[in-house]
Amino acid sequence: MKIKKGIPIYDQHDKNGFYGGKFGGNFVAEGTLKPIQDLTKLFAKLRKDKKFLAKKEQLFKSYLGGETPFFKLKNLTKYLGGAQIWCKDVSSLKGSAHKGYHATINALICKMSGRKYLCGDTGAGMFGKNLAMAGKHLGLKVKIFMGTKDIARQSVNVKFMRDAGAEIVPVDSGSKTLVDAVSECMRYYVSNCETTHLAVGSAIGANIFSKICVYSTSQISIELKKQLIQQFGKIPKLKLINVIGGGSSALGFWNEFIDYDKKHVELIGVEAKYAAPLATNAKLSILHGAAQYCLTNKDGQISPTHSLSAGLDYPGSSPMHGFLKDAKRARFTFASDKEALQAFKLVTKLEAIRPSLEPCHAFAECIKIAPKLKKDQIIIVNNCGEASKDKKIFLKELGYYPS
Amino acid sequence: MNNLINKTFLKLKRENRPALVTYTVAGDPNKNQSLTLLKKISKHVDIVEWGFPHNCPTADGKEIQNSSYRALENGIKLNDIFNLVKKYKKDKNAKPLILMGYYQMVFNYGEEKFVNKCKQVGVDGLIIVDLIWPYNKKFASLCKKKSVCFVQLIAPTTTNQRMMRIIKDSHDMIYYISMLSTTGGKLKVTPKTILKNFNKIKKINKNKNIVVGFGITDKTISSLKKADGLVVGSALVKTITDSLNQRRDPLIAAEKIVKKLKSKII
Repeated sequence: MKIKKGIPIYDQHDKNGFYGGKFGGNFVAEGTLKPIQDLTKLFAKLRKDKKFLAKKEQLFKSYLGGETPFFKLKNLTKYLGGAQIWCKDVSSLKGSAHKGYHATINALICKMSGRKYLCGDTGAGMFGKNLAMAGKHLGLKVKIFMGTKDIARQSVNVKFMRDAGAEIVPVDSGSKTLVDAVSECMRYYVSNCETTHLAVGSAIGANIFSKICVYSTSQISIELKKQLIQQFGKIPKLKLINVIGGGSSALGFWNEFIDYDKKHVELIGVEAKYAAPLATNAKLSILHGAAQYCLTNKDGQISPTHSLSAGLDYPGSSPMHGFLKDAKRARFTFASDKEALQAFKLVTKLEAIRPSLEPCHAFAECIKIAPKLKKDQIIIVNNCGEASKDKKIFLKELGYYPS
Repeated sequence: MNNLINKTFLKLKRENRPALVTYTVAGDPNKNQSLTLLKKISKHVDIVEWGFPHNCPTADGKEIQNSSYRALENGIKLNDIFNLVKKYKKDKNAKPLILMGYYQMVFNYGEEKFVNKCKQVGVDGLIIVDLIWPYNKKFASLCKKKSVCFVQLIAPTTTNQRMMRIIKDSHDMIYYISMLSTTGGKLKVTPKTILKNFNKIKKINKNKNIVVGFGITDKTISSLKKADGLVVGSALVKTITDSLNQRRDPLIAAEKIVKKLKSKII
């Protein structure tokens, strides 16, 4: 399996929507095919449309807050005594996570397609929150599907969504978490696809949905590349560490670097220990409209997962990650709940950043490998979410929440 | 194609009535009862659809979801279903049987192995909800080789050009989804509109048997009897759920509603 040079990761699929000939595709109900094809055509047009691109630029800049900072974590570097550790602080975006990018783009596409209704799924509530905000900003009616277990554990974001005027549809079936929220949102789309735009919360779903997502989050690596050149005058030898739930932030963080040799820019994805289809070599399966590595049982049923982090509590993974895995471009590993909590303790003790549970998994891997590396090595961690949504969990698990 | 489904439609054409097609979930409420239930309703039904449950059913409404989860909780596996089909096909009232479900289950089992197994136990047709044309071309031809009818789906949003291509590649039976909805939704289009679309498909190839499904209940069925067949799923599955909740025998309730449905189309 080979990655084509000079083509963004999200455009590396064939005419049937498959990456590397086997990941992705369009396993959807007949009724939704026409709306999906219409959206595909519209998106292809918008990507080249000056008005759309100007609006995108303007929203990213003035609404989301513009370029996110890139800086060295000096104290953590010193403490671990190995590689230099840098942070791309995506959590500083308005909306506190990378989800701001594809929520905003989806709201803009919805608006430009002439639709008034926007629906989406959420696990940790970051996508829901950002979709609610972007919908409000652009005058759209927003419906968010969220598992009842996640509504309870991410109540801060739930309140935020409600305050922004979104309707929250609680999903009580199956796992009561993200996997069933996505299913329920897709069911809603099956019935309402002619009037409603579907925004899938990660780089998952039928081809066009994952494509729009990564097109949007790629803003992260576009900025980072510039910042690296400003800082180092070139692209130095790097290790880019990112947490993976569905995989939207990692793909955005990596997109501009996939052409580099892996000895030059190494891509490391970190999943949650009991929701790690990529790191544990799960079987290729069909979930939510796409072929992907996914945790299943012998009979093909989707397996239950566990993670303290609602954003990672998902059995599948983006088809694009399956592609990067099989092409041997990225390497995937996992961190446990405990390791993520320990990472939070250490990082927040030494640094001013406050990573949410999701990026704490990436920091856990960074803490593991940094001491073994030489001082001229550079690790960059994508701090893709801000912690205040998890305050309750940290208080319960650690007994404190840093100021 | 030499297939029981085709023969059934030929026979019904002579009787000048549509086929009554039912959908129930294999393994609900449990393995044995689901088989007994299927045998029992088969006396009144022309073609039976049997769902092989998946725990991530993205196109099903609450009723079929509940039924599927119940069957899975009671331990149904794909191989159990094949064994039950084999037993069913030996029954004197057995009708043509169509297995229906999601592609993940087939993909996981292996396409070729799945079709061979279907042939071996006597499955007459297959509906794979999320394996639509043209992505189903290879699988449909595997089915054809084994004389298993692969049922193509057409929806209200299917464009004319696409419809023609789907029909060209279809086998004896085509499933027209009456409205944009998950299963079990209330009929939100008029029978007139449905029949208009039905006729549009029929005009492209009058030899294909078009069954209509989604939103069919004892209230709506008689207005659609000009179709070649009518599928009742969620309404029947709901009857089973309701009787279980009320601690009544689901078999009796199911037979009663099927008889009632039949009486409205003959």
